[in-house]
Amino acid sequence: MPVSSTHYLFLSLLLFSIGIMGTLMRRNAIIIFMCIELMLNAVNLLLVAFSKMYADADAQIFVFFIMVVAAAEVAVGLAVIVMMYRKVHSVDINILNRLKH
Amino acid sequence: MGNFSQLVYLVPLFPLVGFLINGLLWNKMPKSLAGIIGSAAILASFCVSLGIFFEVKSASFHEPVIVTLFDFIQSGKLHIPLAFQVDQLSSLFLLIITGVGFLIHVYSASYMSHDEGMVKYFAYLNLFVFSMLLLILGANYLVMFIGWEGVGLCSYLLIGFWFKKREYTNAAKKAFVMNRIGDLGFLVGMLLVLYNFGTLSYKEFFATLGTSGATMPPATITAITICFFIGATGKSAQIPLYTWLPDAMAGPTPVSALIHAATMVTAGIYMIARSHVLYSLAPFTLNIIAIVGLATALLAATIAIFQYDIKKVLAYSTVSQLGFMFLAIGSGAYTIAVFHVMTHAFFKALMFLGSGSVIHAMGGEQDIRKMGGLGKKMKITSVTFLIGCLAISGFPLLSGFFSKDAILTAAYAHNPILYALGVLAAMMTAFYMFRLYVLTFRGTFRGTHEQEHHLHESPAAMTIPLIVLAILSVIGGYVGIPEVFTHKELAFNEYLGPVVKNFGIHEIPENTEIMLMTVSTLASLAMMYFAMMKFRKPAFPESTGIAKVLENKWYVDELYDAIIVRPIEAMSGVLDRFVEKMGIDGIVNGVGKTVKWGGDRLRMLQTGQVGFYIFIMVIGMVALFTLSFFWIR
Amino acid sequence: MDIYSILFWFLSAMAVGSALGVILSRNPVNSVMFLILTFFAISGHYIIMNAQFLAVVNIIVYAGAIMVLFLFVIMLMNLNADVEPQKGMMIQLAGVISGGTLFLVILMGLTTAKSELIDTKSSDIGLISNLGKVLFTKFALPFEISSVLFLSAMIGAVVIGKKEHIPASEKAEIV
Repeated sequence: MPVSSTHYLFLSLLLFSIGIMGTLMRRNAIIIFMCIELMLNAVNLLLVAFSKMYADADAQIFVFFIMVVAAAEVAVGLAVIVMMYRKVHSVDINILNRLKH
Repeated sequence: MGNFSQLVYLVPLFPLVGFLINGLLWNKMPKSLAGIIGSAAILASFCVSLGIFFEVKSASFHEPVIVTLFDFIQSGKLHIPLAFQVDQLSSLFLLIITGVGFLIHVYSASYMSHDEGMVKYFAYLNLFVFSMLLLILGANYLVMFIGWEGVGLCSYLLIGFWFKKREYTNAAKKAFVMNRIGDLGFLVGMLLVLYNFGTLSYKEFFATLGTSGATMPPATITAITICFFIGATGKSAQIPLYTWLPDAMAGPTPVSALIHAATMVTAGIYMIARSHVLYSLAPFTLNIIAIVGLATALLAATIAIFQYDIKKVLAYSTVSQLGFMFLAIGSGAYTIAVFHVMTHAFFKALMFLGSGSVIHAMGGEQDIRKMGGLGKKMKITSVTFLIGCLAISGFPLLSGFFSKDAILTAAYAHNPILYALGVLAAMMTAFYMFRLYVLTFRGTFRGTHEQEHHLHESPAAMTIPLIVLAILSVIGGYVGIPEVFTHKELAFNEYLGPVVKNFGIHEIPENTEIMLMTVSTLASLAMMYFAMMKFRKPAFPESTGIAKVLENKWYVDELYDAIIVRPIEAMSGVLDRFVEKMGIDGIVNGVGKTVKWGGDRLRMLQTGQVGFYIFIMVIGMVALFTLSFFWIR
Repeated sequence: MDIYSILFWFLSAMAVGSALGVILSRNPVNSVMFLILTFFAISGHYIIMNAQFLAVVNIIVYAGAIMVLFLFVIMLMNLNADVEPQKGMMIQLAGVISGGTLFLVILMGLTTAKSELIDTKSSDIGLISNLGKVLFTKFALPFEISSVLFLSAMIGAVVIGKKEHIPASEKAEIV
């Protein structure tokens, strides 16, 4: 069975769903963060597949930019988590329920 | 003649400027300067009005001149400009308003000189003159309506000028509300005109009426005329809306003279005279007007006989005279009504200013039971007041004689019964006027010793307007000498002829006319003599029977209170209790409670747990994808 | 079954398996390791699709820089399986079910999507020279802007991560 774009579609969909499941299942903020990275990579994979399918370089540039944004996001996000850990000595998101008040 | 009619916008402009100056600088302006500015503005208007009058009077003036300033309302087919119309009728009213207005301003400058609110007073007075001029000059009903509302406002402001007294503000409110009832009639009439004819401009409207008026359904015409007449009853104090005018005497006396005797209350007459083309198509309405006018004349005259307040007597006399004017209109003699407006403006303003002079001298006392013998101390006031009384009573060769006889003759031509009742009202007029004169100026002084010591003639600024008005009261009638004496058409009718055409006046034989004149004059003279005799030795017993009813003004106020005010209050109470408190408040509070309850429940969703939010978000995404993939398609 | 298909299935299995490892392992350090493995698998996919530049960048930036950062933070906090907070069984089940539902829904929605063979023969669009040309001509402005984004993210991270001098009383209140 030769590899087609549909294969990549379903593969990235599966990875994306695993990312979502992880986000829902875990309480550790860092793990949730990592799941988000996983979802971003799933999307990147799909973009590259489409780039290949249509023989167009734009999608790969998009992947490049997504990586840029992800890197920036991780820098800020981890800073926030470190800060949070410093204040409450935990990375459990269930402790962060101040939005309720 | 010069081209004064093009400058007509200056006439209302001067009082407006005067109002703005006095109104905006009310706390900076010295009192004397306020009086000068206020009077000068009116004098300037008067000069322009004179120019306009002579231009209109000259032979070269044919068509009414319409001066359009700018478009006021422009909406679809509706086009209403702010335009002024100069013709015989408006130029005559211009002269009356600015002329009498100027004299009263001069008088006020002296009369109000001790009042702390004098600058404000002059601002109001100028605003009033401005509104009144707008009313007169408007070339369409809307501009007239603006002026109509403006004078109502100024009337309210000036009646309640001494607003620290509760009863005065109540009188002001009463006047405002009563006027408002009438204004609603005017407004509805205006909308009917707009709906049926598509225009409010006099020129187009009357042209349409002239060509196709006869084919219009009579019901429409009657409805419009009745609505306008309701407006007129409010402004001109006719039954059933007259009760505000006597209460309006709470205002300063010059205000009573200007607004509630000479000018504003004649706005109803002006409006009907202006719309005479319309009214001539509605004989039914004319009959109603004649009956209402006559009834008002009689009712007010009976009340006036038993009043003890000098201004109240004059107020009821004004109502009665306005009734006469409406009688003239109802008889189809529009020009005669306007003629009486003019002469009435002279002698009634004269008498009000005279009474103001008396009140001034008496230190604010208005009860004629406490006066008497003032003639010795106040020669000018006394003599001019007597001239006013003679004029209003129809003493031969004074102005009131001509106009009143013209009205009575027109009434006779319409229906002899109207004539008979009109003579009765005229007799009562003579009686109560001379009762007032004798009680005030003759006999011996009945007030306190202190008041007697204080008595003095008023300063020149007050007596000169009295003298001028007295002269006008004497000679004002000579523009309308009856045909039987001159064998020419009435000079007054001739002047107004191009714009106001009388309706349905039958010629009556000369002999009859002279006889009618003699009868009414002799009757009036007899009543004058009777009053002089009766009140030479005045006594004021406690009134009983019919006199008590009349002293209490037929209990009309109480009647209105019982049949209109109380039921409305009761209904409001019911509405307040059931509709407002239970219905509307219930709905409003119920909405609030429901939202609060729902919010309390929905608040449970906001756990503050980020994980839960993500969970909800994913479920939402699933729902959206399901929708977009499997349903929308 | 050519070499490409074999590679595809192998790399796919590896990616999915290690992704599951990320979300299932109790120890955060293991999670990081599994995630790095996932990234390697994805980079392998890039290579068989002839996108060499992205494959390399993916490894350098993601596996090399970002994941090391994660690892640093985890080790800094001294997180391990013992202190790892756990959700209840029901909530975990709900997470799995809703994630699976999303997967199934999108899967059903995309069954009719256009399917084309991925050309595995050599083509040069994914090569660095070609991407460089596109990046510095067509996407020059976004490229410059992304540098500003980086700078601000860097400053932001510094500002957020800076130690604050909070009085003891307030500190107690926040905790």
